Amino acid sequence: MFGYYLELALRSLKRSKALTALMVLAVAMGIGACMTTLTVLYVVSGDPIPAQSSRLFYPQLEPRDEDNGFYDRGEPPLQLSWRDAMALANAKRADRQAVMTGGMGPVQPANSAQDPFFVHARYTMADFFPMFDVPVKYGHAWSAAEDQSRERIAVISATLNDKLFHGEDSTGRTVRYNGADLRIVGVLDPWRPHPHFYDLNYDSYAESEDIYIPLGTARDIRGQRAGSRDCWGKGGKVEEDSLETANCTWVQLWVEIDDPVKVAGYKAFLTHYSDEQRATGQFRLPTNVRLRNVNEWLDFNQVVPKDVHIQVWLALGFFVVCLVNTVGLMLAKFMRRSAEVGVRRALGASRGAVFAQLVTEAGIVGVAGGLGGVVLALFGLWMVRKQPDAYASLAHLDLTMLAATIAMAIVATVVAGLLPAWRACQVTPALQLKTQ
Amino acid sequence: MNLQIKPILTALRRHKSGTILIALQIALTLAIVCNALFIVHQRVERVHRPTGLDETNLITVQNRYVGKPDTFIPLMKTDVATLRNIPGVESAYVTNAFPLRRGGWSTGIQTEPDKTKDSLPSALYFVDEQALATLGVKLLAGRNFNPSEVVTVGPQTTPAPAQVIITKAIADKLFPKGDALGKTLYYAKGKPSTVIGIVAKLTVPWIDFDHMDNVTLMPVRFDSGYQQFLVRTKPGQQDNVFKAIPKALYASNRMRVLPEKTGIRTFETIRAAAYEADRGMAILMTVVCAVLLTITAAGIVGLSSFWVGQRRKQIGVRRALGARRSDILGYFLTENFLIALGGVIVGTMLALGLSQWMLKYFEMPRVSFTYVAVGVLLLLVLGQLAVFAPALRASKVSPVEATRA
Repeated sequence: MFGYYLELALRSLKRSKALTALMVLAVAMGIGACMTTLTVLYVVSGDPIPAQSSRLFYPQLEPRDEDNGFYDRGEPPLQLSWRDAMALANAKRADRQAVMTGGMGPVQPANSAQDPFFVHARYTMADFFPMFDVPVKYGHAWSAAEDQSRERIAVISATLNDKLFHGEDSTGRTVRYNGADLRIVGVLDPWRPHPHFYDLNYDSYAESEDIYIPLGTARDIRGQRAGSRDCWGKGGKVEEDSLETANCTWVQLWVEIDDPVKVAGYKAFLTHYSDEQRATGQFRLPTNVRLRNVNEWLDFNQVVPKDVHIQVWLALGFFVVCLVNTVGLMLAKFMRRSAEVGVRRALGASRGAVFAQLVTEAGIVGVAGGLGGVVLALFGLWMVRKQPDAYASLAHLDLTMLAATIAMAIVATVVAGLLPAWRACQVTPALQLKTQ
Repeated sequence: MNLQIKPILTALRRHKSGTILIALQIALTLAIVCNALFIVHQRVERVHRPTGLDETNLITVQNRYVGKPDTFIPLMKTDVATLRNIPGVESAYVTNAFPLRRGGWSTGIQTEPDKTKDSLPSALYFVDEQALATLGVKLLAGRNFNPSEVVTVGPQTTPAPAQVIITKAIADKLFPKGDALGKTLYYAKGKPSTVIGIVAKLTVPWIDFDHMDNVTLMPVRFDSGYQQFLVRTKPGQQDNVFKAIPKALYASNRMRVLPEKTGIRTFETIRAAAYEADRGMAILMTVVCAVLLTITAAGIVGLSSFWVGQRRKQIGVRRALGARRSDILGYFLTENFLIALGGVIVGTMLALGLSQWMLKYFEMPRVSFTYVAVGVLLLLVLGQLAVFAPALRASKVSPVEATRA
C-alpha cells in the first residue's frame, strides 16, 4: 500500500513542480539554518570532558584585605594566590590536585635554519595529566617527585612534535624554551578540550598548549606568564619574580574528587582554611568560598557566546515561518485536489487511506527538504568556519547531527501536512462529484 | 473604487485555515524581521564607531624579541629610530596598546592619594612625544609630552609617571567643572600624576567595555619583550612603507618574531578584524530577513493563486452581473490587505514581545518604534505586490465562466 501511496505522491508532486519546489526549498532552508546554528551551539556548549566533568572542581577563596572593586557580584576572585593554591594542593584533601597557570614563550629550534617561534605553554603539576585524561602518545607524563625537584623536563603536544621532530618519538631529546633546555619526557596525542575549561583567561575556545612544564621548573627558568594577575593591598610594587609571596591571584587550582559524598567535606575544608586565614589576619574579608564542577564553572563564566544563542533562536523562528508557509502551500495543494479525493472516496477509499496517502506526500517533501537542508547546513558550517571566532574551526556536522537533521525535516513536514491532509479528507464525495 | 469589506470578510470566514496561516506567517515574519533588522542596525553602528584616530595612512607592527636580555629598552629605541628613518614615514612610536587592538591594560584612577574604592577605570597607552601626531589625535587643552618626560617602567609594574594626558571623557567625569588641566590623579597608591593635556576622543583597546572613551596616555617606555609600533606614513606612501618595515626591522635585528598574519597590518585591517564577528552577524541577519520575506511573499502568491483558481466560477458570475475588472482586482487586493493588516497587528505585538524577551535574556536594547513601523509598512507593501499577479489573473476571468458547470 505504501508503495502505491508513494507513486501517487510522486505523480502529484510532479504535476505542480513550482509549488513542490517552493515547499522543498522552504523546508530545506529552515532546516539548513536550524542545523547550522544548532551544530555551532552543540559544539560550543558541549561538555569538554564528559567522563570527568562531574568529578573535577575549581576551588575559589576570598583572600583580599579589602574590596578594591575589581570583582563584583559578591564573588571571590577567579584565581588563587600562590600561597593559598599551594597550601590547598599540599593538604592533598582531594583525590588529585594540580596548580597551574598559562604561559607563553619562544621555542628555538635546534635546526638554525628554522626561525624561532612563540608557543602557548602550561605550567602545572603531575596530576594534570591523569586528572584531565590527557592522551600520551610517546613516553609518559612527569611524577610528583619530579615536580618537587623542579626537573628541567617538558611534555610537548603532537603539533609541536610534528613541527620540531617531524612526528617522531622525541622523548629524551631537548626542546629550547624561553632560553632553557628542557628534556622531553612525553609527547601527547592531539588533545583539544573545548571549551578550554581549565583556564578561560585566554580564549574560551583556545587550542590546547604546545608545551607543558612543571610549575616549579617554569618559575626557575622565569617562564613568561600569559594570563591575568590581580593584586591588592599595600604591596605596591610587585615584581614578576616574587609572585610566590605577593598578594596577587594568578594561578588556578583544579581538584578531582571521585566520591560525590566527599564534595561537601572538601568545601568545609575550604571554609575552614579561609576561617583560619582570617584568624591569623591574612584574610580580611568575610569567608567566601566556591567549589564549582566543570559545567558549573563554564556556566558561571558564560562561555557560550551570546550571538550563538541569538542565532539559534533566529534560525528556529525562521524555521517556524518556513513550516507555516509549507502548511499553507500544502493546504492549497491538497484542497485543489478535492475533486480527485472525491472520486477516490466514491470508489471506496476510506478516509484513513486518503489521509495516509496525503501524509505520505508531505513526508516526501520532508525527505527532499531534509536532504536539501543537509546540503545547506554543510554550506552554512563552511561559512561559519570562515569566521574569525576561535570556536569556528570546530564547527563540523557529525553523524548524530546529520541524522537529527533529516529526522527533524521529516517529522516537521509530516506534522505540517497533518492539518491540510485532514482538511482534504473532510470532502463529501457526493458534493464533489456533483460539481464536476 | 469602493471597498467591499463586508463581503470579503464573509468570504474569508469560509477560508479560515488559509487566512489564519497567511496572517500568522506575516505576523511571525514581521516579529523576526524588525528585530533582526534592528540588530543589523546596531551592529552596523558598532562597526563604524569612531576611535578618535585618523585611521588612514596608519600601520601597526606587532613585535616580540627572542632572547632574554636584562632590558629591552635599547632594542626598542633602535627599532623606533629605524622605523622613523624609513622613507615615507611621518612619525612612529612604540606602545603597549591602541584602539581596536582588543588587548591592553586598564587601571583605576583616584583623585585622592590613599583612596582605594570607587575608582574610575581607564585604559593605559604608553606613548612618547610623537604619539599624538602618529595617532592623529588633537589636543583640546594643555600640551604634548616632552621627550625628557618619557620614563622607563619595569615589567609588570604599575606605571605612575609625573605627567599624563587624559581624554575629555575622563576629565568630564572627574572634574565636571571643566578644570581638569593641572589637577593631580593617582594611578598607583600615593604616586601623583599631573594632567598636562586633554584630548577630544580616543577609545580603549577593547570593543566591549563599559567606559569606551576612558583613556590615559602615559609618557612611558615599558620594558617588555613584546610591543606594538604605530607608524604614520605620508599620504600615498602606505604601500611602500608597509613593504619596507619588515626588511628594515630584520636588517637591524634578526632576533625577533613578527607574526606572519598579525605582524604588520594597516589600521583598516585592524578595524576589519576587530569587527569581523559583528559584520558576520549583520550579514547573516540581513540574508535571513531577505529569505524570510521572499518565502512569505512566495507563500502569499501560492495561496492566493489557489483561491483565485477555486473561485473562478464566482468571479465569472460577478463579472456577468456587471463587475468591472478593476472591481475584481480591487477585491483581491483588499482581501490581502485585510489579512495582512490582521497579521501586522498581531506581528507588532509579537515583535514587541520578542524585543522584551531579548532585553531580558540578552540585555539588548528595546527595538526602536521606527523599525516596527518600517517592518509593518514593508509587509503590507510586500503583501500587495505578492497578491498582484494572482489578482490580475483573477480580473481576467471571463464572464463566460459563470455559464460553465
